[in-house]
Order: sequence, then C-alpha cells, then structure tokens
Amino acid sequence: MEYLQAFLVGGALCVLAQVLIDKTKMSPGRILVIYVVAGVALGAVGLYGPLVEFAGGGATVPLTGFGYLISKGVKDAIDAEGAVGILKGGVSAAAGGITAALFFGAMASLVFKSKPKR
Amino acid sequence: MNTDGKTYKKYAAARAKKSPLLKNCAMAFVSGGAICAAGHGLRRLFTYAGLSDDNAGMLTSSALILIAVLLTGFGVFDSIAKHTGAGTLVPITGFANAVASSAIDSRTEGLVPGVGAKIFTVAGPVLVWGISAGAAYGIAYYLVCAAAKGGVS
Repeated sequence: MEYLQAFLVGGALCVLAQVLIDKTKMSPGRILVIYVVAGVALGAVGLYGPLVEFAGGGATVPLTGFGYLISKGVKDAIDAEGAVGILKGGVSAAAGGITAALFFGAMASLVFKSKPKR
Repeated sequence: MNTDGKTYKKYAAARAKKSPLLKNCAMAFVSGGAICAAGHGLRRLFTYAGLSDDNAGMLTSSALILIAVLLTGFGVFDSIAKHTGAGTLVPITGFANAVASSAIDSRTEGLVPGVGAKIFTVAGPVLVWGISAGAAYGIAYYLVCAAAKGGVS
C-alpha cells in the first residue's frame, strides 16, 4: 500500500511537470528550478511534511523533495542553534545529494566519452 | 519546390512531430511513479539495515544519482528519457543526468573551464535558487520565532 502511495504521488508530480513542458514550452532546467523552489515554499508553509509522511519516496525522490530537505534543514538548524542556522541548515541537509551529484558527475567526465547525439 | 513563407510553414506544421499530451502524461506518470516507488523501497532497505531516517534518505538519493550518472555515461539515459519525458526529469535522476551530461560533454574543453564550469549549467540555477529560497525562509522563520518570544534573543 505504501508503495502504491509513493507511486501515485510521485507519478502525479511528474505529470504536472509534463503538462508544463508540453503546454508552456518551458525548458527542463526551468522546471527543475521551479520544483526546487516550490519544495522549499511548500516545506516552509508546512504542507510538504505531511505529503512526505503519506507518500514516502513519492515525495522525497522528486526534486520538490530536495527543496523540502533544504527548508527542513534550515528550520531544524535555527531551532537548534538560532540565527546561524539560516546560513548553515539548508546546504548541510542537502550535502549528501549535492556531493554525490557533483562527484559522480565529475568522475563520469573522466571515464566516459561524449556520445554524438542521435 | 516553392518555398515561400506560407507554404513552408504549412509543410513544417504537417511534418512536425506531434506531441500527444495524453500519451506523454501517461508515460511520465508510470515511469516517474515507478522511480519513486523504487526509491521508497531503497529507503526502506537502508532503514532496515539500521541507518537513521536522514541517512537512509541521503543514501537513497545518492544511489539513484549514481544509477542515473552511469546510464548517462553509457548513453542510455537519453534514449529512455525520450519516451519518459518528465517521468525521469522530475525525480532526482533528472538532476543527476543534467549534471553528468554537461560534465561529459564539456570534457574536451578542459577540466577547469570545461567540466568544472559547465557541470553547473543546470545544477547551478537549481542550487542558487533552492539554497537562496531556503535562506530567505530561514530569515522569515527566525524573525517570526523571535517575535513570538517577545524580542530578539
């Protein structure tokens, strides 16, 4: 059942982006920025937390989940340490994902050759 | 062939690949949902192995990123994404693909001006605006807390 919830919510977030791509001709990069900022905003107003409770991976795997992670990190750090949390919390919470993407991406550029576009 | 503007536009419109919204959405729903369900399973696995919730989530993202980077390197990701559209873009896999493909494609321009700079083509905007939105929220949250306590601590 929880896997179905993850599937449905994750799938719905993807459909929303697909509609945006097809209807507005927005570039994928712009969609990703919108999703991250939306995740931060929904986390800030307290709506994304319950969605994570409900959908698990369906809410954390999409890029909105990355934004939620940033907003949650900021909030938790401010609760624990006060104002310094404004500067520390967001990136600390997202550190693993950011490092993984940059490190694996950089290593891939050393190992793989660019493929001609087909 | 007569190639004045009007005729060409008609010809191009007739030849242009149609993008059937319903089919695209169905593909995005199924593929995106499947990736999220798989991510949910990975997270469960890491939690079961004794990791904290935060670390299980972090390793789930990292594992999905690694898979997406490898598929990008082998040139498979694009052929999949052609069909799945937003289904592979919106999950963290899309972010990883954007990072890896810009890094790999700019390797010939050197390690610093090529890979080092261009790796941020898509990741840069996402990080700049995601982190900035987080900091802005932090300022607002801090002020609200301070006001609720009756003065800045």
